[in-house]
Amino acid sequence: MTAWSAEVLKRHGLTGEEYARIEATLGRAPSWPELGVFSVLWSEHCSYKSSRVHLRRLPTRGPLVIQGPGENAGVIDAGGGHTVIFKMESHNHPSFIEPKQGAATGVGGILRDVFTMGARPIALLDALRFGDPAHPRTPHLVKGVVHGIGSYGNCVGVPTVGGDVVFDPCYDGNILVNAMAVGVARADRIFLGRAEGVGNPVFYVGSKTGRDGIHGATMASEEFGAQSEEKRPNVQVGDPFVEKLLIEACLEVMSEDLLVGIQDMGAAGLTSSSAEMAARSGSGIVLHLDRVPMRESGMTPYELLLSESQERMLMVCARGREARLIELVSRWGLDVCEIGVVTDSGRFVGTWHGQTVVDIPVSALVDDAPKYERPMAPPPPSPPLDLDAFPQAADGDFTPALSDLLARPSLASKRWVYRQYDHMVRTGTVLRPGEGDAAVVRLPETPRGVAISVGCNGRMCALSPRRGAAMAVAEAAVNVACVGARPAAITDCLNFASPERPAVMWSFSEAIDGLALACEALDTPVVSGNVSFYNETEGRGIHPTPMVGLVGLMPEAARAVGSAFPDAGLDVLLLGRVRPGLAGSEYAAGVGAPLCGDAPDLDLTAVRSLVEALLALHASDLIVSAHDVAEGGLAVALAECTFGDAAVGLVAAAPEHAERADEVLFGEGTGRVIVSTRDPAGVERICSQAGVPVWPLGRTAGQRLQITLAGRPVIDATVAELRARWATGFAGAVE
Amino acid sequence: MRFAVISFPGSNCDDDCVRVVREVLGHDAYKVRHDVHDLDRPDVVLVPGGFSFGDYLRCGAIARFSPVMTDVAAFAGRGGPVVGICNGFQILTEAGLLPGALRRNVCLSFICEDRHVAVEGRSTPLTRGLSGEVLRIPIAHNEGNYCADEETLARLEGDGRVVFRYVAPDGRRSPEANPNGAANDIAGICNERGNVVGLMPHPERCAEPLLGNTDGRRLFDALLAAGADGGSR
Repeated sequence: MTAWSAEVLKRHGLTGEEYARIEATLGRAPSWPELGVFSVLWSEHCSYKSSRVHLRRLPTRGPLVIQGPGENAGVIDAGGGHTVIFKMESHNHPSFIEPKQGAATGVGGILRDVFTMGARPIALLDALRFGDPAHPRTPHLVKGVVHGIGSYGNCVGVPTVGGDVVFDPCYDGNILVNAMAVGVARADRIFLGRAEGVGNPVFYVGSKTGRDGIHGATMASEEFGAQSEEKRPNVQVGDPFVEKLLIEACLEVMSEDLLVGIQDMGAAGLTSSSAEMAARSGSGIVLHLDRVPMRESGMTPYELLLSESQERMLMVCARGREARLIELVSRWGLDVCEIGVVTDSGRFVGTWHGQTVVDIPVSALVDDAPKYERPMAPPPPSPPLDLDAFPQAADGDFTPALSDLLARPSLASKRWVYRQYDHMVRTGTVLRPGEGDAAVVRLPETPRGVAISVGCNGRMCALSPRRGAAMAVAEAAVNVACVGARPAAITDCLNFASPERPAVMWSFSEAIDGLALACEALDTPVVSGNVSFYNETEGRGIHPTPMVGLVGLMPEAARAVGSAFPDAGLDVLLLGRVRPGLAGSEYAAGVGAPLCGDAPDLDLTAVRSLVEALLALHASDLIVSAHDVAEGGLAVALAECTFGDAAVGLVAAAPEHAERADEVLFGEGTGRVIVSTRDPAGVERICSQAGVPVWPLGRTAGQRLQITLAGRPVIDATVAELRARWATGFAGAVE
Repeated sequence: MRFAVISFPGSNCDDDCVRVVREVLGHDAYKVRHDVHDLDRPDVVLVPGGFSFGDYLRCGAIARFSPVMTDVAAFAGRGGPVVGICNGFQILTEAGLLPGALRRNVCLSFICEDRHVAVEGRSTPLTRGLSGEVLRIPIAHNEGNYCADEETLARLEGDGRVVFRYVAPDGRRSPEANPNGAANDIAGICNERGNVVGLMPHPERCAEPLLGNTDGRRLFDALLAAGADGGSR
């Protein structure tokens, strides 16, 4: 017989075993607020209990890494005393239940992770995954999420410069909203989430605490059932105006020597921020919960500890500097209140009008939280893809197939989305959404640029989580190299179904190995990240989707190169050679083929050579546009290159890199880039030095896209007609 | 020249304006807080874009009550050049320094993209010497749908106080060229005296080659020229 019923424990997401461990740690039954504290900190979302043993295998060190995983965000050295600070995080569960607020608070949360480190946020990106566009719920979710991201990012004044949107039926019941924030700080002004110095006061800054978002972290740690709708009250509500004030107040406070440590109150709110800060420093903390600024009366210690009200920060102030802290924050009209103190007791203590209501060893909450080596088992091997079942163009004309592919919402122009985001505020956006393979923003106060790309091909990860995860890194690296930046480091957001299923856990472990392989091969360590399990509804899980956000650095932002052909008369070359495959391709999905077969081969050494070749080509100013061949294959990539302002066409001969025309045109495989140049010989020379094969595709000319294969025409259409399908495909699906 | 950039809680283009003036134009710019009564002897006042006070009510409806707005009005009353960009335009209409109001875009969504505007009407400090030009300038707003009663619109048109109008790249007016449903395709207007100008497009976002467009720089250059003639107030 335990002090708390099985029903209560279930609601707190605690197993019988975990509860027994709590009693053993405390030597008694936990109080009601203590039970709440254990519940959130031991949740999958906060404790990483199923993933920790695997995350250790990721490479996290490198010459540019200043701060790797474990803090609020990762930090890399951008040279000259500048650093770039970034992280990506999921807000999947809340966004499915309440798309606008779920997505908006996802943006708010990731911004806080970055400015809590002392960084001025300079860019936001969002990787979104929705279900089948034909699913009755999809248009509502798309509109809500895009509106939420826009309403928050636009108001707070940080440009949303990039991202991607993909539709697949596997996300019907679990959409993904992965937000990434990038900021900059001086290397000597980076702040950490630490509670150090016995006697230093602990300050609460920002919005008052309400009853919203209680148990958000627990909600994000279980699959959805039929009643997920009832969890709406668990979703927080954001206020971007307060966030804007909080950014300015925090950066102002950080410009003076007032703080010992600072952390935002994200998932599990006050509890996780204070316990994690104490854990990192090996200290203790006392919180006087009755002093917390409250939005409504009658709130209990349990609610105050677990609320996920937004726009709140916890600061540890250097003793003696309290008055100045209060003065600076008050000028922004924000609540600032001393609510606790750092101790050396190693205990997390909460008091309520003088009475102790929580008293737990910090280590039990954080470092000694449960860790599981969950059982893993590979799924049965996927049957081979039956190429005979694919439709064959009777007359060898693949133009209609290309046109239909360009109109698929995953491939179509995303202008409908990014038009709703302010992508230019802060006047640093050098390559806007849709202009290049990666977003480019200037590194403030320097001529240098920061290039950012996010993405992951879930279908490839479903076929091979290891190769698919590696492809995500490789593709992001190629994207960043296409615009002219050297890939530097990544953040990841690992979206998976229930870790309690051995096949899912196996795919997670495989994906970690794939990420590790690619990050090592491309010298892009992982500096921050997040895991989102339980993306699963009524037993149906999403494809493994290890989203990657990659940051690259370039010496001159002004030299960033776009993806479209800017002019007629340019030579167009294909750099890199892969054997394109239809398994997992967008084309296969479009013709209704089952998702099976082998994911295309991935040669990481060849990708590395391709990246180096691109950087050498940029350094010699040899290429005027560069675009990687990704979803949709070569034909789609070539069409996209013609969709720039110049709207110039192309006459091209496709390489015979596969036996079938549909494989050549629409087969996918990472490691190919289309470049246009005025000096093809120069490009070939550098590529040959780098060991990168080159195929001369043709020249830009006229207003048509004409592709031949082995001398036979396979694609012939005006740029305008293809562009029209591509331009309207997205809005047509969601409006 | 000295540019005072008014900073309300929630202004988010104030840094951009300061940056353009200092680093692109090479002139002096400084932020002035919403809650003070000292503009510190500027030659030009810029009211920047953003979401003043969150703009959860009508845009600019709270900002207009800020202490600094009395000083902005007094500066304008002395003939000093005042330019309101985006949220700044909304604030100037709420403050009564410009007529009309900015309603929600007819498409009911935020729009961020390049748009073309024709410079026309009477000469103002922001547009002097540019009449007849078509400029490409980004817009980024949810409430840019200019409206006023018929009489006000007729007076604005008759007095040449419509100084920016949304047009196609070739300078022609068309329904497609108007992004937000604004009456008479109005993108910017001035007051009777011509020294107070409000516009929805963001010239500070297209004033240097790195950002791929320098059309906005021409408006700032006009301001500098006007200031050189007008002297300090």
